[in-house]
Amino acid sequence: MELDPLILSRIQFAFVVCFHAIFPVFTIGLASTIAGFETLSFKTGNPLWQRLSKFWIQVFAVVFGIGVVSGIVMSFQFGTNWSNFSYATANFLGPVLSYEVITAFFLEAAFLGVLLFGRDKVPQGVHLFAAIMVATGTFISSFWILAANSLMQTPDGLELINGMYYVTSWTDSIFNPSFGYRFAHMGLASFLTAALVVAGVSAWFVIQKREVEANKKALSIAMWFLLVLAPLQAVVGDFHGLNTLEHQPMKVAAMEGNWETSTGVPLLLFAIPDKEAQKNHFEIGIPKMASYVLTHDWDGEVPGLNEVSVEEQPPVFIVFWAFRIMVGLGLLMIAFALWGLILRLRGKLYESTLFLNGLRVMSISPFIAVLAGWVVTESGRAPWLIYGQMTHAQGLTPSLTGGMALFTLIGYVIVYSLVFSSGIYYLLKVFRGGLEKASAPHEMHEIERPMRPFSAAHVAIDEDL
Amino acid sequence: MEQTFDLTIIWAGIIGFGLMMYVLMDGFDLGQGILYPFAPNEKARDTMMNSVAPVWDGNETWLVLGGAGLLAAFPLVYSVFLPALYIGVFLMLAGLIFRGVAFEFRFKAKTSKHLWSWSFCVGSIVASFAQGAVVGAYIQGFETEGFAYSGGALDWLTPFTVFTGLGLVAGYALLGSTWLILKTEGEVQEFAYNITPKLLAGLMAVFAIVSIYTPFVDTSVQERWFSGPSLIWALPVMALFCAFVVFNSVRKRDEGMPFVATMGIFLFSYLGLLASKWPYIVPPKFTIYDAASAYNSQLFLLLGFLFVIPIVLAYTSWTYWVFRGKVKEGGYH
Repeated sequence: MELDPLILSRIQFAFVVCFHAIFPVFTIGLASTIAGFETLSFKTGNPLWQRLSKFWIQVFAVVFGIGVVSGIVMSFQFGTNWSNFSYATANFLGPVLSYEVITAFFLEAAFLGVLLFGRDKVPQGVHLFAAIMVATGTFISSFWILAANSLMQTPDGLELINGMYYVTSWTDSIFNPSFGYRFAHMGLASFLTAALVVAGVSAWFVIQKREVEANKKALSIAMWFLLVLAPLQAVVGDFHGLNTLEHQPMKVAAMEGNWETSTGVPLLLFAIPDKEAQKNHFEIGIPKMASYVLTHDWDGEVPGLNEVSVEEQPPVFIVFWAFRIMVGLGLLMIAFALWGLILRLRGKLYESTLFLNGLRVMSISPFIAVLAGWVVTESGRAPWLIYGQMTHAQGLTPSLTGGMALFTLIGYVIVYSLVFSSGIYYLLKVFRGGLEKASAPHEMHEIERPMRPFSAAHVAIDEDL
Repeated sequence: MEQTFDLTIIWAGIIGFGLMMYVLMDGFDLGQGILYPFAPNEKARDTMMNSVAPVWDGNETWLVLGGAGLLAAFPLVYSVFLPALYIGVFLMLAGLIFRGVAFEFRFKAKTSKHLWSWSFCVGSIVASFAQGAVVGAYIQGFETEGFAYSGGALDWLTPFTVFTGLGLVAGYALLGSTWLILKTEGEVQEFAYNITPKLLAGLMAVFAIVSIYTPFVDTSVQERWFSGPSLIWALPVMALFCAFVVFNSVRKRDEGMPFVATMGIFLFSYLGLLASKWPYIVPPKFTIYDAASAYNSQLFLLLGFLFVIPIVLAYTSWTYWVFRGKVKEGGYH
């Protein structure tokens, strides 16, 4: 069998990016959560907020540490596997990705150390300021990354001369047509992720009757956030979808599983899209609903995949189902938010074991939803690397062979499995240690090392708690 | 856009500086991993790791900063080197990741400590070797077609690059051992004093062979060195002088000088290499100007770099200041 370097490179990038994405999406929201706890602690002086903050700072430190490591690999992959793409877009992507690195370094050098290690060494106001700056910094980092990604979806402000893009307008290229929607959608996703993880972990502590008073406070806030953010995300997602319809109609056609441009298109709840037959099997849908959602008119026209040749169609099955997973989980989050509200109004938010256990399970849901969302937007762009301008095949490293790509694919899978299973195993230990361990004075035989995020956690990796 | 400054030269300076900073700083902490199997006992290994624990990941930021700056300022370097060194880049990244994680967990481990120690050791050696091979590959030059690499997957792996790889392993070990002379005392320092001359001898052998080989790769380099007396001869002479200082100061049991002089060997060898290849950044075809990105892209990022480099430098200096002096058994407390 001939090994295809294109497929293998795409699998490799997807694997690395999926592994990586779950960490920053959590840290961005968690940084704001910590800043929130610190603000409450500063304003009220209630020591419970500080206990909560101490615990979640440890979680943050570990997740941040893993995310930085997996991010480094990505920055090299552009060059190793997609050198034609890197070269062509370097005038834009180079500075934009470098600014992300600069933001991260500035953040780490100036504020992260104070947040992680400075609690007893600087005035509380300074510590709070550091927490707010770290939260702001994570957003600025994602600003640059999403600008880079959005440009690949909706390129603007560039001019192609002799196979290399030149930036004609920095504002047009950075604030390209899909950027604002993507930034809002991802920002909310990060907050939702933090809210659901905090809710799930706090619920688990409440069930176990550990530090109940503090964890009830955290759970309560998380549920308020969920109540506001989950419906808001549905609205923002809808706007994002309309933007995609305007600029990348084939992505929307794949999301809807719509093969032919037509009016009064149904919203499919279930179908098995078949690209070879160019149709769906076993369709179940709500009549005219897709037309209404996308055009706000029951008989509106929705573009179909038949507008382009089969080679230019995205992988319909993957996009169609990833979209349904994302939306389905989003609806489930709204349902949990409402369930929580009803329980709260009855004064039983902390008593329903069924609900609390449900929240524990739901704490994984934002990660799956985020990955599914990225699959929709990235696979939906296929076969384009830069929408309408450069295909995956054109962007690939010309000298890359299938064997080379396979070698590093297997290599990254092994490295990531070993390294990150240790990381996640350790994270679970920190969770099990809970607020008690995070607030306990730690043994001093471990030397304090500034700027090393993991040092903020004081749990042993191989000892039973 | 009006090109007021030659930004390409400025960027060559920034990247060159960043790379030198990386080699010197990560060099001595990678060196701890390389020296690890030769350490007298487990307690000595603790001390060795503790001597670099506060600074090693700050040292590695220079690699990331250099890599990112390279894509922005000299995209051709990025898009030729990485495909050409594909397998080597993977090994380097895998090595650095393993080593980094081992560093974190070794301090938190009790029963599984030796496992993390060995990851630290193997990761350090693999990463150092890969970096040395990159230097060798740069000297050899790259086969290109248009603006893309067109050679094979293992073209970079030749007897010469294996040699430069091993050479850098020896060089980093030397930086590591002289760092230990500076930062430790007692048994560990004694170990470092004893191993330093051997590492120095190894490094000098590599130095000699690279110096002889490099001019024969292409005629322009040969002419630069052998077409009459030239100031650039001062660079290898200075490097040799530094090597002598290392040897002599170790013999006299000097504590600071061996490390300073070892940095001198690296600095002058590095400058000598640049003097040979200048202005070629993707040899044998492309100069820094061929490889440069657009003027407005270089300018846009320069603003950010001018802002962040002083901060990184200040923070780095502060960390080294805080952890100045000898590392005691069991850490800095």
